[in-house]
Amino acid sequence: MKQLIDISKELFESKQVGYIIGYAEDKFKRVKPFVAYSSLDTERFVFNNNSVNNLAVYLTRLPKAKEGKIGIVAKGCDIKSIIALIQENQIKRDDVIIIGVNCNSVVNQIDEQFSKENTAIKCKYCQVRTPAHYDYLVGEIKEVELPEDKNFAIMQKLDSMSAEEKWNFWEAEFEKCVKCYACRQVCPLCYCEQCIVDKSMPRWIDSSATTKGNFAWNMIRAFHLSGRCIGCNECERACPAEIPLSLLNRKMGMVAINEFNYRHGTDINQPTLIGNYNVNDKEDFIM
Amino acid sequence: MENEKFEPKIVAFVCNWCTYTGADLAGTSRLKQQTNARLIRVPCTGRIDPVFIIKAFEKGADGVLVSGCHPNDCHYNTGNFHARRRWIFFRQLLDFVGIDSSRLYFSWVSASEGKKWVDVVDGVINSVREKGPFNGYKKLNKEIEIPVK
Ligand code: SF4
Ligand code: SF4
Ligand code: SF4
Ligand code: FES
Repeated sequence: MKQLIDISKELFESKQVGYIIGYAEDKFKRVKPFVAYSSLDTERFVFNNNSVNNLAVYLTRLPKAKEGKIGIVAKGCDIKSIIALIQENQIKRDDVIIIGVNCNSVVNQIDEQFSKENTAIKCKYCQVRTPAHYDYLVGEIKEVELPEDKNFAIMQKLDSMSAEEKWNFWEAEFEKCVKCYACRQVCPLCYCEQCIVDKSMPRWIDSSATTKGNFAWNMIRAFHLSGRCIGCNECERACPAEIPLSLLNRKMGMVAINEFNYRHGTDINQPTLIGNYNVNDKEDFIM
Repeated sequence: MENEKFEPKIVAFVCNWCTYTGADLAGTSRLKQQTNARLIRVPCTGRIDPVFIIKAFEKGADGVLVSGCHPNDCHYNTGNFHARRRWIFFRQLLDFVGIDSSRLYFSWVSASEGKKWVDVVDGVINSVREKGPFNGYKKLNKEIEIPVK
């Protein structure tokens, strides 16, 4: 990744950035998020099929750079969340320097060899392997084999189920939730200073990991991400209980597309879907 | 239990400025209505966080009604427009996780529509009575009951 390192070095040397968020290998050769604070640090930068993390999450979590902007290494899908953060007024376009990377898919299971079978499902539908928005672009596009979408059949099955069957399906899933909030912590768009689940006066969502409280938690989180989730699937990847959270996000994403023809995080100048309204919004369900 | 007639429990979230006043009018005009609905008055439909609706179902509601000012009549101008957009998502989310969204009703009832309020409430109660009780949460609530010695 000479290109990536060269650009990063240049950004430090010209004092344009305070730090750059990217990926580096740890001593076990695992690719992990890594923040470079100096030109020397950037030599550790890597980018490959194991660069799964959506680093945009750090844009609202790390303290602002003392001097200069924040540099960020980002895949096309991650850039969607950067655009979403700009649309939602959480960061300014001028405060970030986006080093976009041409992406050749990422793994589904880390610690396993990259292959067609071990490719993240989101990569199957990816329209932004060459990012749509960036300041610098590095890397080369290669031919890749796309994975099966094993969730498609599950979505179809869910759609054909009765309410009770669906409830039972999700009861079995949500029962496993341990309320670790990894899904929230890893989500670039869950930046609330106080999350509703942490509010205790009044307590809206049971904080103990009961199935009832888990239902409320997962429903409310999916609702808060409705029309906002950009489908990076980090929440599902982080979930230790292996709850198929992407199904919920996928459903809500389909509502945004079908009802409003809206895709969040595609255009920095587009007004957000949630937080705005149209007097002609559909209301055939209102008496 | 078997032959006991099912009486639905309905929670109605109504905005202060239109529907609540409309319901009040129904009362002062002595219009007859069924009494299964518990009204919860909120400033505006825009104040109705969907978590309220989940809470109502958790606490044993068989149906929930949400009602406020007609479009363009919101006391805060845009509260009901914002709310309406959120409901489009929320209804489909409920359906997706197995809470039949037809147990969640919406209406616009103005301060002068006492008669419409009675029709809406009666309609909702009858329709939920027909659907029967909502059992999803009943089982989950048992999970956390503290056994009494
Ligand atoms: S779940 Fe909702 S309240 Fe909590 S951090 Fe995410 S968006 Fe904010
Ligand atoms: S909800 Fe999940 S998929 Fe959506 S933006 Fe957040 S982490 Fe990514
Ligand atoms: S990551 Fe999974 S187990 Fe943890 S709170 Fe989220 S859904 Fe529950
Ligand atoms: S005040 Fe009635 S809907 Fe806003």
